[in-house]
Amino acid sequence: MNGLTFDIAHLLAGGLVLVSFMMLYQDRLFALINVFALHAIVLALSVAWQAYIQDAHHLYVTAAIALIFKAIIIPVGLHRIIQRLGIHRDIETAVGIGPTMLAGIGLVTLSMVLMLRVTPDADPLAREDLAFALSIILLGLLVMVTRRNAVSQVVGFMSLENGLVLAATGAKGMPLVVEISVAFSILIAFIVIGVFLFRIRERFDSVDVGALDDYRGEHR
Amino acid sequence: MTAFSLDAVAAILLIPVGAAALLATLPNYRITAGLNVAASLLTLLAAVSLLVTDRPQPGQYLLVDDLNIVFIVLNTFVGFTTSVFSASYIAHELDTGRLTATNLRFYHAMYQIMMFGMNLAFVSNNIGLMWVAVELATLTTVLMVGIYRTHEALEAAWKYFILGSVGIALALFGTILVYMAAQPIVGEGTNAMVWTVLIEHAARFDPALLNVAFVFLLLGYGTKVGLAPLHAWLPDAHAEGPTPISAVLSGLLLNVALYAVLRFKLLLAASPDAIAPGPLMITMGLTSLIFAAFMLYRRRDIKRLFAYSSIEHMGIIVFAFGMGGPLANFAGLLHMVMHSLTKSAIFFTVGHIAQIKGTQNIAEIRGLTETHPGLGWALVIGVVAIAGLPPLGIFMSEFLVVSSTFARHPLLAMPLVFGILLAFGALLLRLTGVAFGEPRGSTAPAEASYVPMYSHLTLVFAAGIYLPPPLVIWFQHVANLLG
Repeated sequence: MNGLTFDIAHLLAGGLVLVSFMMLYQDRLFALINVFALHAIVLALSVAWQAYIQDAHHLYVTAAIALIFKAIIIPVGLHRIIQRLGIHRDIETAVGIGPTMLAGIGLVTLSMVLMLRVTPDADPLAREDLAFALSIILLGLLVMVTRRNAVSQVVGFMSLENGLVLAATGAKGMPLVVEISVAFSILIAFIVIGVFLFRIRERFDSVDVGALDDYRGEHR
Repeated sequence: MTAFSLDAVAAILLIPVGAAALLATLPNYRITAGLNVAASLLTLLAAVSLLVTDRPQPGQYLLVDDLNIVFIVLNTFVGFTTSVFSASYIAHELDTGRLTATNLRFYHAMYQIMMFGMNLAFVSNNIGLMWVAVELATLTTVLMVGIYRTHEALEAAWKYFILGSVGIALALFGTILVYMAAQPIVGEGTNAMVWTVLIEHAARFDPALLNVAFVFLLLGYGTKVGLAPLHAWLPDAHAEGPTPISAVLSGLLLNVALYAVLRFKLLLAASPDAIAPGPLMITMGLTSLIFAAFMLYRRRDIKRLFAYSSIEHMGIIVFAFGMGGPLANFAGLLHMVMHSLTKSAIFFTVGHIAQIKGTQNIAEIRGLTETHPGLGWALVIGVVAIAGLPPLGIFMSEFLVVSSTFARHPLLAMPLVFGILLAFGALLLRLTGVAFGEPRGSTAPAEASYVPMYSHLTLVFAAGIYLPPPLVIWFQHVANLLG
C-alpha cells in the first residue's frame, strides 16, 4: 500500500480516538453533542477514505449515513429535545475529569496491546483500525459509566457504535448487510431512546438516571 | 419436499411479520388477542412441520440443522402458549386501566416482531444476520418492558436497554473479529460470515484472533443470557414488564442468546489451537449459579424471585455446556427445555396471582392453595419442579449435570451441588408461605387461563417420568454435535 494513503487512513482513525478523548472532559450537554457531531464527521471521512482506497463503493453509503444521520440529524434532534424538555444542561459526572482521562489512556493502551498482539499477520491497515476501534468502543463505555445524565449516556453509546462502524469498514470486504444493519440499528436505537426520553419527561422533572436509582425493587 | 420445507422456514419468519403489520392496524383488542394466538399457532405448526419434512439446503442466510430445530420448536411452542396466557392477562389489565387499547395494539405488534426476531436468530446461517436478529428481539422487549410507563418500569427498561446495547455492541465487535479471522482463509465477502462455511474452515483460522473474538462474544451475548456479573438488567426487566413478557424473556430470549454462544463455542472447538471455551463458560456458569442462589434468599417481590431463579438455571445450563461431552451436553439441552417450560408456566401462574392480589410482594400473598386452588397448586408444582425435586423433569436434568460432573471433575461438582441446594432451600422457604399458611389479601375469583400453565407442567412431569426414545436419540445426536 502506498505510504500516503495509509498515513491518511491512520490519521483519520487516530483522529477519531482523539475526538473520543474530547468527549471525556465535556461538562456541558450542548458541547458534548457538538463533539459527537465532530466524531461523526471524522468517522464519515474515515469511512469515505476506506471506500476510496479499498475501491468499495458501497462504503460511500455508510459514510453518507454517518455524515447525514449522525453528524447532522441526531445532534440537531438532541439539541431540540434538550431545549424543548428544558433538560438541565450541565453534565453530572460520577468520576472526576482527571481520573476519567487517566482511565481513558489506560483503556487505549490496553486495546493497542491486545489487538496489535493478536493480529500480527493481518493487513496493517485493518490491524490498526481494529485497535483504534476497540479504543473508541472502550472510551464510549467509559463515557457511559462516568456520566449520570441519560442524554450523555446516549451520546456515549453512539460514539461506541461509531467505533463498531470503523471496525466493520476496516475489515476488508465485510458484507454490506452488516454495515446497513449497523446504521439501521442505530436508527432504531435512537427512536427507542427518543421515545424513552419523552416518556421519562412525561413523568419526571429530570432525565438523570441517577435520580431514579433509589428504587432497587426490594424497598416497598 | 425440499420446496415445502423451504416454505416452512419462510413461514416461521413471514407469519410473525405479516401478523405484526395486521395487529398494528386493528383497533379491537379482543380480535387482536385472538389473532395473536392464531398467528403464534400457525408459526408453531410451521416449525413442527420442519421436524417431519426434509430440511432445505443451507443457503447464505438461512439454515435448519439438528441443533437449531430444537430451539425453534421450543421457541414457537412457548410463544404460542404465552400468547394464550397473554390474551387472558391483558383483558384484566385493560379492565383495571393499567393498559389502554392503543398500548395493546402496540403490544401485540411488538409481540409478533419479537417472535420474528427470535425465529430469525435461530434459522440464520449468517453470523451478521444472527446479530441483527438478536438486536431486534432485544429492542422489542425493551419497549414492552417499559409499556406500563411507571417510574419503575421506565427505570427497568432503561437499565435493560443500556446494558443490553452494550452487550450487543461487544457481540458485534466479536462478530467482526470472527470475520477478520475467516477472511484470509475463506476470502472476502458474504461467505466469510456464513456459519456452515466458517465451521468447515475453522481449523485454519488464526487462533489468537478467534480467542479474543470469543471473549467478546461470550461477554456480549452472555449479558443477554443474564450471566453474573452482567445480569443487572434481568431482575428489573422481569419484575416491571407485563408478565407474558417475563415469561418469554425467561423462557425464550435467554435461550436465543445461549444459542448464539453455543454456535461460537462450536466454532472455537473446531479450531485446535484456540483456547478451550469450556473453562470460561464453567466459571461464568458457576458464578451465576451461586450468586443467584444467595440472592434468592433476600427477595420480597415474587417476580424478582423467579427472575433470580432464571439466572441460577442459566448458570447451570452454561455450566453443563461448558463441561461438554455427550452426557453433559445432553443434560444441558434437556435442562434448557425443562427450564423454559417450567419457568414460563410459573410466570403464567404468578401473573394471574399478582393480578388477583394486586401486589407482587411475597409477604402479602399467603395461602393460595386454599383460596385459589387452581393457581396455588400450579405454583406448588412449578416451584417443586424448578427447585429440582423428583419426579419432575428438572430433577432429571440436574441429576445428569451433577453426575456427569462428578464423573469427570469431582471438585467442580461441590460448588455446583452447593449452589443447587442453596437455591432449593430459598425457593421452598418462599413457597410454603405463599402456597399454604393463613390466606391473606384479595380472594376475588380467578379468571385465569389454566391450559397453558398446566400443559407446560404436564410436559415437565411426563419428561421426568418417561422420555420417549426418539426424543432421547434426537437429543443425544444434538449433544454429540455440540462436542
